[in-house]
Amino acid sequence: MKVLTHKQELCTGCLDCELACSRAYFKTDDPNYSAIRIVENNRTYRARKCTQCGECINMCTANAIYRDRNGVVRIDKKKCVGCLGCVGFCTELVMFYADDLEVPFKCIACDICSKACPEGALEILVSRVKEN
Amino acid sequence: MGTIIKDYSYTPAKIKRGYSGKSLYINLSDLRIEQKEITEFMKEKFTGGKGFDLWYLWHAVTPETRWDSPENEIVMSVGPLGGITQYAGTGKTLLCSISPLTDIPIDSNVGGYFGPLLKFSGWDAFELQGKSEKEILIFIDGNNGRIQIEEAEEYPEDTHLLAEELTKKYAENEDDMVNVSVVCSGSGAKHSYLGMLNFSFYDPRRKVCRFKQAARGGLGTILHDKKVKALVVKYRGVKPNLNDAADISTINKVGVKYHKEVHDLDHKQNKMRQIGTANTVMIMSQYDLLPTRNFQTGGDPEAVKISPEVFINEWLTQGLHDGCWYGCTMSCAKCADHFLITTGPYAGQRVTVDGPEYECAAGLGANLGVFDPQAILEENFYCDTYGIDLISFATCTAFIMECYQRGQITREQMGGLDLRFGNSQAVLELMHQISRGEGFGRIAGLGIRKLKKIFVEEFGADPKLLQDIGMEVKGLEYSEYAHKESLAQQGGFAMATKGPQHDEAWLIFMDMVNKQIPTFEDKANALYYFPMFRTWFGLVGLCKLPWNDLVPADNYKTDSPAKVPEHVQNYVDLFNAVTGKHIDNEELILQSERVYQFQRVFSVRMGKGERKDDYPPYRSLGPVSREEYLSRQELYDKQLRELQKLDPETMDLDEKIAATRRYREDQYEQLMDAVYRRRGWTENGIPTPERLKAIGMDLPELLEVIEPKL
Repeated sequence: MKVLTHKQELCTGCLDCELACSRAYFKTDDPNYSAIRIVENNRTYRARKCTQCGECINMCTANAIYRDRNGVVRIDKKKCVGCLGCVGFCTELVMFYADDLEVPFKCIACDICSKACPEGALEILVSRVKEN
Repeated sequence: MGTIIKDYSYTPAKIKRGYSGKSLYINLSDLRIEQKEITEFMKEKFTGGKGFDLWYLWHAVTPETRWDSPENEIVMSVGPLGGITQYAGTGKTLLCSISPLTDIPIDSNVGGYFGPLLKFSGWDAFELQGKSEKEILIFIDGNNGRIQIEEAEEYPEDTHLLAEELTKKYAENEDDMVNVSVVCSGSGAKHSYLGMLNFSFYDPRRKVCRFKQAARGGLGTILHDKKVKALVVKYRGVKPNLNDAADISTINKVGVKYHKEVHDLDHKQNKMRQIGTANTVMIMSQYDLLPTRNFQTGGDPEAVKISPEVFINEWLTQGLHDGCWYGCTMSCAKCADHFLITTGPYAGQRVTVDGPEYECAAGLGANLGVFDPQAILEENFYCDTYGIDLISFATCTAFIMECYQRGQITREQMGGLDLRFGNSQAVLELMHQISRGEGFGRIAGLGIRKLKKIFVEEFGADPKLLQDIGMEVKGLEYSEYAHKESLAQQGGFAMATKGPQHDEAWLIFMDMVNKQIPTFEDKANALYYFPMFRTWFGLVGLCKLPWNDLVPADNYKTDSPAKVPEHVQNYVDLFNAVTGKHIDNEELILQSERVYQFQRVFSVRMGKGERKDDYPPYRSLGPVSREEYLSRQELYDKQLRELQKLDPETMDLDEKIAATRRYREDQYEQLMDAVYRRRGWTENGIPTPERLKAIGMDLPELLEVIEPKL
C-alpha cells in the first residue's frame, strides 16, 4: 500500500507542502484546504496526514469510503453525504472538511507535496502489506 | 406488476431553511391527490413533525371518528431538522392517527430513510385519508416529481419479502437501492390491533433491507384497513445541505464535536455501537427494573442469559455501521445476520434480524419468562416481518400468561396453546396464529383492554384481578420497565398523553436511584420539563437517543446532569442554524408545550384526556399478589415502618398488602394533583384557558373543547 511519510529531522516548517496540496486540489493558498498539516512544537515539525489505516471504512454511514487498488483509502464523492462522521472518528485527526465543500478530504498519497518539499522530508512509501 | 390506477405529476418544492412549505394529501377513497401549503401559523404554533401531524389530524376527524372510520388519517412528517446528515439521529419521522387500541391520537416515531427522502421529494408532511377499494401501493418519485398509485394484490404481505421486492423494483441498480425506502406492515396487522409500520433502509454492506418500526398504537392495522400495502419513496442525491440551512458552519461544527464524543466515549459509556439499546438489560435487572413475568418482579437470576455480552459475543455482527439514517454515528440499530429461523412459514431460512432493542429483550424475553437469546431473536424477526408491535404484543402476552398462571383462563380457552411463562414455542405459535388469523390468535392481538372484557364476560375471569394486572392505560400497553419503586415514573407512564410509553419521561434513575426529585413538587417539575423537552424531538425530526445515551465527559459537573445541558445547547444551535431563527432553551420548551397541550386537548375532544383516564393498574404502583410482596418483603416491611409508622410484625400478609396499597394509591393521587398544577391543568386534568393563553394556544377550537369541562 501507498502511504505518505514525513522525516521530522529534515522538515524546516516552510509549509510548501500545504500550499502544493491546497493549490492542486482546491486552487487556493488557504492551508485549511490542505490534506497535510505541519504542526510546530518547539521548533520541531510534525506532519498530520493520513496513515491509510482504514478505520473510517467500516464506520462510514454512507458506505462511501474504500481502499483502492494501491491500498489508499479514498472517499467516493458520489456516495458521500457529508455527514462528517469520519472527521469525528479519525484518531489521527487527518480527515478534513471545509464548510463550502460537500464532502471531507484526506491525503491520497498522490506525491504532489513530496515533490514540492525542498528538503526531501516527504516521501511516498510503497509496501506490499494490504490492510482491511 | 399491478395496474397503475393514478399517475400524478408535481414540481418538487425547494426546501428553504428546513421546510419545503408543502404537504401531500392523498384520499384513498376517490384517489384524489392534492398539495397543501404549510402556513406560517403552522410553523409558529406547531413547529413541524408531530405538531403538523396533530394539526392535520384534528381537522380530519370528529369526536365520533374511530380508527377504521374513512376520515381517520395516517399523517407523517419529518420536521425541520430532519434529513440533516451531520448530527446523529436526524432521520426521524413522526406519525399520528386515531388508534384502534386507545380511540385517541397515537403518535409514534421511527427511523429509516422514508421521512427524510419524502421531505427531499418536496413534502414536509403527508396525509393519507379514506379507504381504497382494492389493495394498492403508492410510489413517490422525488427526483421526477411523480406519484403513482398501483394495484398491489399480488405482492407478498410480510415485510422482509415485500420491502426487498419493492426496493429492487424501483431501484435502477444496486447502487440506487439506498435511494428507495418502503413503509409497510405485514400479515399480523390484518388480524390484530397491534399492527405496526416498518420503515426500510437499504444496507449496502449486507445487501438487505433493514427496518425501523413506528410501532405503537396500531398504525399498521390502520394502513391495512385503508388497503394500502406499501408506500414507497425514491430520492437520489442526498447531500449535506438539502435543508438549505441558514448556517452550515455551525451544523458542521456541532456535528463533528458530537461524532468525536461518540468515538471517544461510547465504548466507556453505553456501548450503543456494540449492542444498541439492549445494553441496559443487566442494569435493569440489578435495579429491579427489568419487567419479569408480566411485571410481577423486576429482574431474575436468569437475566444473565440475555445479557449484552451474550448478544455481542454470540449473535450481533460487530464493527459495521448500523445507523438508520446517514450521519448517525451512534449506530445503535444492531442486527443478527444469517440467523436461522426454526418455526413458522420461514423455518429453515436464514435472515437478517434487526434487533434486539432493549424493549425486545425485556418484553419478549424477561416479561414472558423467556431467557433464551435465540428464541428472542426469532420472536423479534416474526414481530417485525408480520408487522406486529412487539411492545404491545409482549405486554399483552405477558398478561395472558399471568391470567393462565392464576387460573383465570384455561388452555382450552386458548385453543390448546400452553402459554405458560417461559414457553417460547407457544409464544411463536401465537404469533403465527395472529398472522394467519386463526385460533386464539384471532383475539390475542386485540390488546389488553379488550381482552380483559372478553376474559371476564366470556371466560368468567375475576374483573378486579384483571384490572390490577393488565398493564395498560387508556388502552395502550406499557413499555418494558418495571417501576413500582419510582412514583415519578408511575406518573410518567400513566399520565402520558397517548398512553404508557416511556418516550415522555424516563425518570426512574433520577427518582429511585439518585433520589434527585424527592418531593411531589420536584417530581411534578420533572414531569413537566422532561415530557416537554422530549416532545421537542418529535417536532423537529430527531431521535432522543443521542441526547442522553451518550453524555459529555464532564456532564456530571453540570447543574443538572439529567438534562445533559451541553447536548440541549447542541439542539438549540442546530435548530437556529437550520431555520435561521433565534430560539433559546426556554423557547424550545415553549415550542413543545404548545403541541403537548394541544395533544392533551385533542385527547379530551376524543373522549380520553381526563383524570379518570390517567390511573394506572395497581401492578404499576405496588405488589398485587402475595408472591410479589414476599419477593421484596424486607423492602415493603421497612416502608410500612418508616412511611406509615406501622408494625409489620403485628400484621398478616394480606393486611400488609392492603396497607401498602392504600399508601401507594394515595401517593399517586397526590402526585397527580402536583403534576396537574404544574402543567396548568384543572384538578380533572383539563388544560386551563389561562395556560393555553400563556403559551399562545388559546385557539377558538381548543377553547370550545375545554370550556364544557371546566
